[in-house]
Amino acid sequence: MNLLLGIGGSEDSIRALEKTVERAKTAGDELTVAIVDNPESDRTPEGIETRVRDTLEDADFSATVRHVSGDPGSELVDLAEREGFDQIALGGGQRSPMGKIQLGHIAEFVLLNSPVTVTLVR
Amino acid sequence: MNGSEREYPDASAGSFPEPPLSFTDREDREIEVRPYEDGDLESVVAMYVDFDSADRAQGIPPATESRVRDWFDALLDGLNVVAWHGDRAVGHATLVPGDDADHELAIFVHQDYQRAGIGSKLLRGLLGHGGANGVEKVWLTVERWNRAAIGLYESVGFETCSSESFEREMALRL
Repeated sequence: MNLLLGIGGSEDSIRALEKTVERAKTAGDELTVAIVDNPESDRTPEGIETRVRDTLEDADFSATVRHVSGDPGSELVDLAEREGFDQIALGGGQRSPMGKIQLGHIAEFVLLNSPVTVTLVR
Repeated sequence: MNGSEREYPDASAGSFPEPPLSFTDREDREIEVRPYEDGDLESVVAMYVDFDSADRAQGIPPATESRVRDWFDALLDGLNVVAWHGDRAVGHATLVPGDDADHELAIFVHQDYQRAGIGSKLLRGLLGHGGANGVEKVWLTVERWNRAAIGLYESVGFETCSSESFEREMALRL
């Protein structure tokens, strides 16, 4: 399977990175990691890329890493369609102090607009 | 949206009754609302373990007893009130402190005790308990299709501050 992981630097996207790399390695999937600009995250795109490369190295797995500019949700959906990805994976939401799951704006947009299956990683 | 960006109403929503409170619900049951005490733990856990999964919202309450215990333990950093029918816990409401001198609110009423006016009394009792303990800013999220809950929150003075997401965010100033 040809998998597109969108990552914007929020805690849930970092967890999605770790789990998706592990899963792709086990399943023998091809993985592309798309670093997007999430205004809700404090991490810089460079900081995220370092984190992605460290995670790939630790897992001894190779993936394509690219930066995507513009509106994150629509760019991910367009990219998946244009380049024939089978699935998009994203972080599955942050928890509030109460423990309530709150989906980010990127996840909401992708869920409603993606032409391919979307996985929210918990 | 983080706390520093959230807009609270300028005016206070007024004062709310401080628990303990007792009343007769619409099914003629004697209900008491009291601040949570240490000895209440097992009764509250039992209520949540028996909670109808269809009444879950945004992942809470959790579905298994061990996860209910972990979740509830974290709520004890905040302010909690419990609705009782005799020695049975039938509702629980909580204010959990966040990073910005604000508190997140949630309320749950067991399925056997819904639509009897308990939620409204429990919510008011929680806000009374919060006001008495210095809480000023309260916020919550609610699934935007949950009209009953939104109506309840509006009835005590919550105002919508964001409705762009799946969840509507509401805020109140005590």
